[in-house]
Amino acid sequence: MRYAMAIDTLKCVGCSDCVVACQTENNVPIGYCRDWITETVDGTYPQLEIELRSERCNHCETAPCVRCCPTGASQIVDGGIVIVEHDECIGCGACIESCPYEARYTHPEGYVDKCTFCLHRVKEGLQPACVAACPTKCMYFGDIDDPNSEISHMLKTRKQKTLAPEAGTNPHIFYLI
Amino acid sequence: MKEELIISGRNLPHIDPHLSLWHWPISLYLFLGGLAAGILFFAALVTLFRKEEKYLGAVKYATIIPPIALSVGLLALLYDLTHLWYAWRLYMVIRIESPMSWGAWTLLLVTPISFLWMISYFKEYFPNWKWQQGVWNYASIAIDFINKYKRVMAWILVPSTIILGIYTGILLSAFNARPLWNNSILGPLFLTSGLSTGAAAIIVLSKSHDERRMFSMIDLVLIGIELFLITHMLMGMLAGSQVQLEASELLLGGEFTVAFWVFVIILGLAFPAVLEIFELIGYKVPAVIPALLVLLGGMIFRFIMVDAGQITRYLY
Repeated sequence: MRYAMAIDTLKCVGCSDCVVACQTENNVPIGYCRDWITETVDGTYPQLEIELRSERCNHCETAPCVRCCPTGASQIVDGGIVIVEHDECIGCGACIESCPYEARYTHPEGYVDKCTFCLHRVKEGLQPACVAACPTKCMYFGDIDDPNSEISHMLKTRKQKTLAPEAGTNPHIFYLI
Repeated sequence: MKEELIISGRNLPHIDPHLSLWHWPISLYLFLGGLAAGILFFAALVTLFRKEEKYLGAVKYATIIPPIALSVGLLALLYDLTHLWYAWRLYMVIRIESPMSWGAWTLLLVTPISFLWMISYFKEYFPNWKWQQGVWNYASIAIDFINKYKRVMAWILVPSTIILGIYTGILLSAFNARPLWNNSILGPLFLTSGLSTGAAAIIVLSKSHDERRMFSMIDLVLIGIELFLITHMLMGMLAGSQVQLEASELLLGGEFTVAFWVFVIILGLAFPAVLEIFELIGYKVPAVIPALLVLLGGMIFRFIMVDAGQITRYLY
């Protein structure tokens, strides 16, 4: 089993519902966020192309945060999800420094926090809050080891990219382009 | 052509607009850790060669610094932890892949030895103290006991101080997300810089002309190696990928250029090297001046690397 997310940049309108859904679901403190919207504009006027991306932790296969963590608080659990065990985190910041996506932050309570793919929801068979809330249904979450899952189908049929693959992280958020 | 990149709905403290999570406590610690490692390395080496009488500054006077430097450095590190009460978790596990884990365990070994080393000279620091009276008699016995194991401590210190010195660099170079840090030269470079500052501290505290001359020579060689390593680090970046080119730009024309070239390269390395050469060929130069410049340059180097490294990142 290997969980991953595919996000259709052609369907995303950048409404930030995923951001708010995550903040609500996970009690993210005010001023912080586990996911965010990036907007890139390519080209020169009048030939402009906009790409909207909902970004978050990439749940990397070779996660630098897990490698650099001195206590093992950052770890990969079943399904390839990268999590931080709050009671093992000392707040040294090594994982924040090591993340090419800057997807982690220090929670006001001291430990380091980030996207968990809504592990508590996934365990109950639900979709992550961001995926469930998306009004354009542009996000697909599921098991890429299962050839019959919706996400496997999307990745087989659509052109795609990952962010900074040159960082050697083998990210598991795919952007359909 | 990429015209614009907007990240909306995100303004994380210490992360946006660019990473600035690690501040002066980390830079100060990296400097003090390297300095302590340098002094203890030379003290151990002098002891193993049985030259204690000749190089008293290295074994007796300069070794007052490491326990203080390591204590201040460790306090700075603890101050920097945001989940402080869980710090004991560091010592629940040995993580071979994590340089910080290596450092934590090495410090657990080196710090107590640095204290024992200082304590072993207490009777010589305070010869007129009432060492024979009451409770002080027991202290005296303990000090004699420590002195018996001086060579054992020296044998432990030689490898462990090298690990401590090199780890201060590897701690940063292990972060592949920060292109300025992510080069394999940084470990040896910080080790050399630490040894150089250690030699400089010994020069400042030494009372013998011969010893100052000897450590000026050692320092000169170390400065040469350091300049060589810095050149190679920059060459490697200039021959690297786009992210490394942008990282080197910070030191070669960008934000940190003046600080790096004026305070680190010229005042911290080149100028003290010239002064030391003048001194060695017979001109009268107070040995303390190049030594203090080396110490100051070493500290500024750590501050620049920590601050500049966090700005560099992968672009996508």
